[in-house]
Amino acid sequence: MTPALDRQRNILDFTLSSLLRRRGKLLSLVFIYSTVVFVLASIMFFTHALRREAQILLADAPELVVQRMVGGRHDPIPLEYAVAISEIRGVSGVQPRFWGYYYDADLGANYTLQAVSDNSLQTGNIAIGAGLAQLRGLGNGDAFSLWGSDGQPRTFTVSRVFSPASDLLTTDLIMTTEGDLRELFNFSKGTATDLSVAVRNPREVQTVAERIVELFPDCRPITREDIQRTYTAVFDWRSGILLVTASMAIWAFVIFSWDRASGISASERQEIGILKSTGWATEDILLLKLWEGIIVSLTSFLLGLIGAYIHIFFFSAPLFTSVLKGWATLYPSFRLTPFIDYYQVAILFVLSVFPFLLATIVPSWRAAIIDPDNAMRGGA
Amino acid sequence: MFRPSTIFMSLLFSGICIVCFLFVHAQMRSAADLPLLKKHARLAGQLGLTDLALCTEARYTRHPSQSDRHSAFQEHPGALEHFPTGAFIPPPGKK
Repeated sequence: MTPALDRQRNILDFTLSSLLRRRGKLLSLVFIYSTVVFVLASIMFFTHALRREAQILLADAPELVVQRMVGGRHDPIPLEYAVAISEIRGVSGVQPRFWGYYYDADLGANYTLQAVSDNSLQTGNIAIGAGLAQLRGLGNGDAFSLWGSDGQPRTFTVSRVFSPASDLLTTDLIMTTEGDLRELFNFSKGTATDLSVAVRNPREVQTVAERIVELFPDCRPITREDIQRTYTAVFDWRSGILLVTASMAIWAFVIFSWDRASGISASERQEIGILKSTGWATEDILLLKLWEGIIVSLTSFLLGLIGAYIHIFFFSAPLFTSVLKGWATLYPSFRLTPFIDYYQVAILFVLSVFPFLLATIVPSWRAAIIDPDNAMRGGA
Repeated sequence: MFRPSTIFMSLLFSGICIVCFLFVHAQMRSAADLPLLKKHARLAGQLGLTDLALCTEARYTRHPSQSDRHSAFQEHPGALEHFPTGAFIPPPGKK
């Protein structure tokens, strides 16, 4: 072994023995540090994976949805609008969409009802999400009653239960025929919930959207790009509760690092004094403190990162479930695909390890340059 | 008897190996899951779905891309938004 490497090993041995003498302090330090990394990494993994999953799952969402707004609120759209929109150059088809919400008072659950646009269902039949099927104990061929807006119950037959693997899209979904949905919700004839517009050339979507607003100023076009952008914004780490949680974790870490940087304990100062009086150079002491920082920060970073990965991708983020569930009775049971942004991991590494190393070395350097006798007596 | 540095370096190396293994696992599983995700994307396209069914308690968190900017305030224009998932999925911003 080269002398330089041997020196590093000796200092590392000494650092480890010194840290193990202060076992309680070391463990609490590693616990706090790895918890902060765990929270930040969990948010990072969770939001990035959801954002990627939303991008892939909604890649075939309607190219352009046209809603009618009345008094700032979404209102049924007259079907004459569909005729006029279909005549716009570049539009290859307009499909009226029928959908709405149903509150199940017995279970306190909200369902999304939507009409199929093809002949995949027969009148009186419904296709339901796996979450709903489990909640109501339903299977293929079972009867399911819903209360119509006229106060009368309508009974449907479950002809299909969507796969539990598609729960993130279908958990609360009830697909019916257009006629059944119209009758259930008492939709007035000649209107739809909104319109799905297909555009021949994807590059013309924005132009078509602008033309629609020119023709119908009371309409709000939502492009597929808008849908994707919504999910990018929702699962951005800067939005909502994620920002609150992340900033709390960051502030806790800043206070914690500041506390360390602003001064070291009397016993640590005394230790530095003793080392200097026994012949250790300032450089050796700095090396010792650097190793101490590396041991604590790397161990905590690795523990936090591994814990976050297991939390999000093996256990489906149980700590975030209560927030996402809110007061809802139906919550999709989904297993996130581990899409990882390595750039974010690198940023987390730089932001969590380097400030801590700095916070360990700077006060030690201040203590190491003073007179050993003074340091041992606890002077500044 | 092993030196403390040998034990620490072995543990650190094991930790780095676990992280590398998890990253390889992430690559393999995302590649394996992609066909299934694309199949679900086709289902979403076929059914005309616009949103993920992640939060089902309020209409603006169930369909964040389709809700209007007032939906968070429901039937009371002066009332504050009160659903817990509203903390996670805010009302839609200006498009």
